Amino acid sequence: MYNFDFVKPSTVEEAVAALQDDEAQPLSGGQTLIPSMKQRLNAPGTLVSLLGIEALKGISVSDGVMTIGGTTTHATVAAQADAYPALAYLAGQIGDPAVRNRGTIGGSLANNDPAACYPAAALASGATIVTNTREIAADDFFQGMFTTDLEEGEIITAVKFPIPEAANYQKFEQPASRFALTAVFVAKYADGVRVAITGASEEGVFRWAEAEDALSNSFSAEALSALAVPANDMITDLHGTAEYRAHLCKVLTGRAVSAIS
Amino acid sequence: MKVQMRVNGRQVSGEVEGRTLLVTFLRDGQGLTGTHTGCDTSQCGACTVHVDGLQVKSCSMFAAEADGAEVTTIEGMANADGSLSVLQQAFQDHHGLQCGFCTPGMVMAAATLLEQTPEPTEAQVRHHLQGNICRCTGYHNIIKAVMAASGQQVTQVAAE
Repeated sequence: MYNFDFVKPSTVEEAVAALQDDEAQPLSGGQTLIPSMKQRLNAPGTLVSLLGIEALKGISVSDGVMTIGGTTTHATVAAQADAYPALAYLAGQIGDPAVRNRGTIGGSLANNDPAACYPAAALASGATIVTNTREIAADDFFQGMFTTDLEEGEIITAVKFPIPEAANYQKFEQPASRFALTAVFVAKYADGVRVAITGASEEGVFRWAEAEDALSNSFSAEALSALAVPANDMITDLHGTAEYRAHLCKVLTGRAVSAIS
Repeated sequence: MKVQMRVNGRQVSGEVEGRTLLVTFLRDGQGLTGTHTGCDTSQCGACTVHVDGLQVKSCSMFAAEADGAEVTTIEGMANADGSLSVLQQAFQDHHGLQCGFCTPGMVMAAATLLEQTPEPTEAQVRHHLQGNICRCTGYHNIIKAVMAASGQQVTQVAAE
């Protein structure tokens, strides 16, 4: 790994100032960034640790919305997000216990790995990603594999999840990496159902609009029977073909719906 | 830059670079070579230590991030008189190791499980140890050791 300067500010303002340097990058839990730096895929001149900023940690619930600080770890969400059980369950399935003790929700969303779990929850919940400068709707935030609407030096300070009436996460795990081979998050709100799928598409996390319409009309696994996810944009790798992943999208959505209803 | 932390109850400090990993600080800086670097890609868990009571992979955390922390390594797991702890003894009694390379990480990971869940089921043990890879044992005896350390009768595990 190439060397870098390490700074650990205690406020968002100081972190934003430190990130003005072109060579600077934010560091949260580092569970993706550190391995990629070891491979020299990433070589920041300065790493700005966000973990010294107390204001970015913690979970609160108010008016049906769960707000999770950007550097809240997966382990904390798994243990404390009682008001949104499907989200707590999802967090408890990420990686392994050691990864969950370091990895953070803000880091996961900013990285937008095409097989990561949190993007599915954020998109299916219609979450709002709060940064140091603005609020971004999840529908606008995810812009393809490893790509988001974040500007250089912009920091995720919190994520706001409207708590659904019911929700379920079905993850078909790639057992070596424990990332999602394909995973589906279904969230049922008073004004409709949202379905988000991760691990499957070359474009990263996406909403399955046809399933949302069908489930909003009739919330049952049978409502999906006539639908199919096209395989053309799906990922093919040694773990599964595009057709296999497309099939999983439907199967897992059905399982999620059955688990709720 | 200078970092200081408590390691196994002892206050230590040292000069590190930004890129110095916690595992490097512990092994090369403090001579605590019980913590192993296995894969160096955060897959295998041989480098597992406790930082402020939480298990982490010390190859995937910078030493600078542990500044001011309370760190426990495998060297801090024995009883005060130097005898093996219940968990360590269970690994020996149930032959929960062969080459032993993964064992420090297994013990550190299992210790946090038993703190959170004093009588885990076999499924809970297996789920908790997902981030710790052993290439010798096939895991059965590791699972038995952890179950036995929790005071439960161990005769057979499900996968046998």
